[in-house]
Amino acid sequence: MLSSQIKSNEIVFGSCNKDLLEEIIYYGIELGADFVEIFIENTDNSSVLAEDDFITSVSPSFGRGAGIRIFKGKKDGFVSTNDLTKHGLMRSVSQAIEMLDITDNKRELFNGLNKHRDYSLSKKKWINEVPSINEISEKLLVSTKSLKKNNKIITRKGSYSRNLQEVIIASSDGTYVSDIRLHQTVGLNVIASDAQYRSSGSRRFGSSGMPNEFRLWDHEKAANDVFESSMNMLYADYVDAGQMPVVLANKFGGVIFHEACGHLLETTQIERGTTPFENKLNEKIAHESVTAIDEGISEGSFGSLSVDDEGMEPEKSVLIKDGILKKFISDRAGELRTGHKRTGSGRRQNYSFAAASRMRNTYIAKGEHSKEDLINSISEGLYCKSMGGGSVGATGQFNFAVEEGYLIKNGKLTSPVKGATLIGEAKEVMPKISMCGNDLELAPGFCGSISGSVNVTVGQPHIKVDSITVGGR
Amino acid sequence: MNPREITTQISKAADFLNLKKWDYGASFSNDYSVQVDKGEAKQLKASQKQILTIRVWNQSNLVGITTTSDISESGIKKALKQANIASDFGNKNESTEFSPLAKDPIKVKEVKKRNPVGIKKLLTVLREAEVKLLESHESIKSVPYNGLSESFFERVYANSEGAFRSYSKSQAALYLYARAEEKNKKPRSSGSVKLGYGADDIDIESCIKEASNKTISHLNYSSIKTDKYLICFSPESFLTIINAFSSMFNARSIIDGVSLSNKNSIGEKLSTEALNIYDDGLHEKNISSTPFDGEGTPTKRLCLINRGKIENFIHSESTARIFKTTPTGHAGLGSKVSVSPDWIVVEKSDENFDLKTSLDHSTYEGEFVYIEELNAIHAGVRASQGSFSLPFDGWLYKNGKKISIESATVAGDIKYLLKNIVNIESSQEVTTSGISPHIWVDELSITGDA
Repeated sequence: MLSSQIKSNEIVFGSCNKDLLEEIIYYGIELGADFVEIFIENTDNSSVLAEDDFITSVSPSFGRGAGIRIFKGKKDGFVSTNDLTKHGLMRSVSQAIEMLDITDNKRELFNGLNKHRDYSLSKKKWINEVPSINEISEKLLVSTKSLKKNNKIITRKGSYSRNLQEVIIASSDGTYVSDIRLHQTVGLNVIASDAQYRSSGSRRFGSSGMPNEFRLWDHEKAANDVFESSMNMLYADYVDAGQMPVVLANKFGGVIFHEACGHLLETTQIERGTTPFENKLNEKIAHESVTAIDEGISEGSFGSLSVDDEGMEPEKSVLIKDGILKKFISDRAGELRTGHKRTGSGRRQNYSFAAASRMRNTYIAKGEHSKEDLINSISEGLYCKSMGGGSVGATGQFNFAVEEGYLIKNGKLTSPVKGATLIGEAKEVMPKISMCGNDLELAPGFCGSISGSVNVTVGQPHIKVDSITVGGR
Repeated sequence: MNPREITTQISKAADFLNLKKWDYGASFSNDYSVQVDKGEAKQLKASQKQILTIRVWNQSNLVGITTTSDISESGIKKALKQANIASDFGNKNESTEFSPLAKDPIKVKEVKKRNPVGIKKLLTVLREAEVKLLESHESIKSVPYNGLSESFFERVYANSEGAFRSYSKSQAALYLYARAEEKNKKPRSSGSVKLGYGADDIDIESCIKEASNKTISHLNYSSIKTDKYLICFSPESFLTIINAFSSMFNARSIIDGVSLSNKNSIGEKLSTEALNIYDDGLHEKNISSTPFDGEGTPTKRLCLINRGKIENFIHSESTARIFKTTPTGHAGLGSKVSVSPDWIVVEKSDENFDLKTSLDHSTYEGEFVYIEELNAIHAGVRASQGSFSLPFDGWLYKNGKKISIESATVAGDIKYLLKNIVNIESSQEVTTSGISPHIWVDELSITGDA
C-alpha cells in the first residue's frame, strides 16, 4: 500500500516513474508549453583530503533535486526544486509557465514517453565497487608520504573525490532516459620552499565510469612527477615578457584550445553574439595542420558520458578539419536558437542549472612531428610543460597561466622560468599553430561556465604556436 | 520544516543514535532571475534550495560531517548516520570544538527584508535597461551578459549545547556587460554590477550609465609597450588583489603552509604606514552581510593592517585556539573548517606624511597606467608564492590624454606591491566586494603587444 502510494506521488529512483513523469509533462503541455523537460538527479558524493601525514577531511554528501525547463518559442523558463513529489514538480511546472507568461491557446501534441532507455542497468553495482573511505585514506597517506623526498617540501596534499549521480531525463518529445554517472578524481599538490624561494607543483587525474580506476592509479609515478616539477621551478627566474614562439606540452596543454577556441564554438556564444566564428562555417579559421575534435565517447575519459543531460547520446564532433571550421557544439536551446544540430553536448553541473552547450573531451588531433622537431625549430622561445587554469572574455580574448615553463634557446630547453601568462585572441592564435606533434594525450579538468562546473578532458599532442604574447616581468 | 523543527528533529535523531554532541548549519533560499536578448526574454529562472550540513562528535571527540539537500526526517537520520561514520576518519591532528562565542549576542543590521517583485517585473526592468544601454551609444551592439535577480534566504546555526541563531534577508543584483563594435576595430566589452536589498533598491540608471561609459571609453585603444609603469589601481582592482592574497591574513592558510605569513607575522611591516585595512562584514554598505559565521561566531569588524603592519589574522574556532586567541567570525562550516574574509575596507591612516599626494587619478598629468579591472584571478594569482600575472582593462595616461590599453597584463609580487604604495587617495569608493580609495604603486611590470 505504502509502496504504490509513493510510486504514484513521488519520484523514486530505481522504480518506474513513467506514469508520473507523463502526467507532469502533459500538465505543462496543457498549460501551453511548446516543450517540457524534466531532469531529476540523486547524488552520492564523497571526498577525502590528506595533508602531510594525516587525513584532515572526509566529506560525504548526498541530495536530490529536479530541474524543469519549459520552452515557449525561443525563450525558456527553468525552475529547480528539492521537492520530488508530484505536487512539488507540478508546482514547478506552473511556476515556469507563469514566468513565461503563456497566454495563447495553441497546444502541442504529447504522445507519451518512448520506451525507457536505461543506461544505468550495468552501473548499479558501481556504488559497491568504488573504494571505501578506508581504502582511499590509506592510499592517499601513502601518496603524501612518497612526496616527502627532501626538507624543501613544506606542504604535501593528496585529495580524492567521487561523484555518483543517478539521473532521470524525460521530455515532451518522448525522451525517457535513466543513467548513472561515476566520476573519480585524485590529485597531488606540494609547496617547496628554500629561503626566499617558493614553488608549487600539482597534478590531477580523473576518470568516468571506472570504479576500479583509483586502485590502478600509479601514485609513485605521480608523486615523482609533482616533486620533480616543484624542484625544477623552485629557483626559477621570472620570465621576461614579450612576443615569442612557444611549444605547449601535450595533455593539459590542450587548455589553450579549450579556452581559446573551444568555448567560442559553443552555440551559447553564437546566441550571445560573442564568437568571431559565427559565420565562418566551412571557412579556414586555423592553420591547416590543425584538426580539432570534441566527443563524449572515449571510454573512461573524464568528459565521457553515455547520454547527455538532455537525453541524447554524445557524438564525435569534428569541429575543425585541416584548419576549416566544420561544426559547432550544440544543445537543444542552441539548435532552437541558432539552427546548429544538437551534438549530445547539453550538459549541466546539477539539477539547479539548465543544460547548455558544453565541451566534453576536446582535443587537437595528432600530427606527424616529434616533440624534438617542435623545440628544434625555435631559436628563442618558451616551452610550457605544465599549464594552470585560464579563461576567455566576452571579446574572445583568452589567457592562461604557465605552471612549469622552460626557455628554449637555439632549439634546446634551457633554464626554468616562472610567472608566465599566455595571452591572445583565438582568431589570431589559431592560424599560428603551425606544428602538431605525434603524441596526443588527454588530461582531466573542470570547466566552469553558464551551466556550472562540468567534468571535461582537454588534450593535444605537443604543438608549436609561432608567436604569442607572454606576460611576465 | 522550519529551523526550530529541524533542530528538534536532529536532536531526536541524535539521541536515537546516541550522538551527544552535534551542530548544524542550514540555508534555505528562493531565487528568481531573468536574462534578456535584444528585448526578448531569454531565460527565466527560479529555484528553491535547501542545504543542511551536520557535524557530529564521536566518543573520541573526532568530528564527522555530512551535507545534504534532503531535509526530510529520513534525510536527517541518514545525514547523522553518515556523519557518524565519517567521524571515524576525523582529523586526529587538530581538534574542533564549538565556537565559544556561539551564544554571544549578534548584531543584526536593521534592514527591512524586501518582498519579491516577481519575474514579470524583473523582466520588464531588465528589458528597459537593455534598451537604454543599447541606445546609449551607436557602437554598443549587444549586451551579451546581463541578468537581474532577487534572492530570499535564511541561514541557521544550532548546536547540542543550545546555541541557536537564524537570520533571513533579501538581496538583488543587476549586471550589464555591453559589447561595442566599430569598423576595423576589435570588439570591446565592459560592464557594471549593482547590488541592493531588493530589486527596487538597485540603482539601475547608474548601472546603465557605468556600463555604457566604461564600454565606450575603451573603443579607441592602443597596445602598450612592455615596461615598468607607475600604476593607479581603481578601488575595485585594488580590492580584487587584496582579496586574492587574503591568505596573508588567514590563520587557516598559515597553519596549512600556503600563506606568505607565519604565526609570528603579527606586527610585520607590509606596507607604508599610511595603509589601514579592515575586514568589516557588518559595514553598513555591505549588502551581503551576515551577522554570524558557519560556526555561529558573531561577525565583527577586525583590523588586518594597521599603519602598514599586520595587526590581526582572521580565525575559525580551531585556528583561534591554536593561536591562543578568539574566533573572529570568518569560518565556513565544513569537514575542514575554512576561513575567509567578509568585506574588505581599505583606508588611509593618520600616518600618511610620506605619500605623494600630487598623484590623483583625476588631475595627475604625468604618465601612468590606470587599472580599472583585473581579470582571470583564478589563473593568474599564485597566492602561496605571492606572485601574480593578470590581464586587465585600463588606460595609459600620457601627456594629459588617456587611451584604452589593448590586451595587456600586469605582473608582480604582492609584498613588492604593498611596499611600493606611493599614494592612497582620500576619497573611498564603495564596490561590491568592499571599500577602497584609488591606490598608487610605483614600478609594476606591464606586458603589452606594442
